[in-house]
Amino acid sequence: MERAFRWVLPHPLLTLILAVVWVLLQNEITAGMAVFGVILGILIPWVTSVWWPDQPNGFRIGKMATYSVMVIWDIIVANIQVAWIVLTVPNAKLKPAWIVVPLELKAPEAITVLAGTITLTPGTVSADLSDEGHSLLVHVLHTDDPDSVRDDIKDRYERRLLEIFA
Amino acid sequence: MTLDALALYAAALSLLIGSGFVLVGVIGLLKFNDPMTRLHAPTKVGTVGIGMMLLGSILFASASGQTSIHELLIMAFLFVTAPVSAHFIAKVTIHRGTCETPPAPPKDDTWSTLNSPDDQTAD
Repeated sequence: MERAFRWVLPHPLLTLILAVVWVLLQNEITAGMAVFGVILGILIPWVTSVWWPDQPNGFRIGKMATYSVMVIWDIIVANIQVAWIVLTVPNAKLKPAWIVVPLELKAPEAITVLAGTITLTPGTVSADLSDEGHSLLVHVLHTDDPDSVRDDIKDRYERRLLEIFA
Repeated sequence: MTLDALALYAAALSLLIGSGFVLVGVIGLLKFNDPMTRLHAPTKVGTVGIGMMLLGSILFASASGQTSIHELLIMAFLFVTAPVSAHFIAKVTIHRGTCETPPAPPKDDTWSTLNSPDDQTAD
């Protein structure tokens, strides 16, 4: 039973996402479109499963939802701060800096989410990963204290991602 | 009726706020003089600026009696793709050396962008 389920639905979460995306694309919710969305959601992962045989192990959707809400809030707050920096701080006084964030995360998915979060929150852009994936290079637009930015990233985002991708 | 009017005003307000953020992003793009600091401007435009405009679109649709949820999808795709392009621009900047050289990573040998066959033959 378990194996049959795995064979039909190699990525159950992807099936759900594809169905939801299909319904959103239609811009109206009808039973027919929902059924078609589920059919697509089963077919596409089944056809493409050759290219991604590994299951992402351990992913907590509930914690991911609270994490997303927190990130969206951070984006809004940080946007206002950065808009202020752009408008008031002259180029000569700007203090951009490179910071290196040592990573505790191992899963590639988790590192991708962390890098995406850092880029989306304005004022920081994730620029590169070290060649064996143990640290992340981040560029900060304007900071007096690069170490506190690094601790902030580790404490606020990475700690939560460690719980999500446990 | 009054609710519709209210939604219309809210749509107009969010369009204004969105345009404001896009304007700030463009000012940033013109004002900064280093490729890496310049990169910070478009990442702002892509998040709150476009987000508020899409919110305005949703509110306008609901004010004119339809429901539209396309915009959530646009937002989701933007959030997924914007960091990828920013990441690539940053990588190109580092690779071509048009910015300050980043500090070496503590554990590994070098940054993955700098670890290319081209650089090794140049040494």
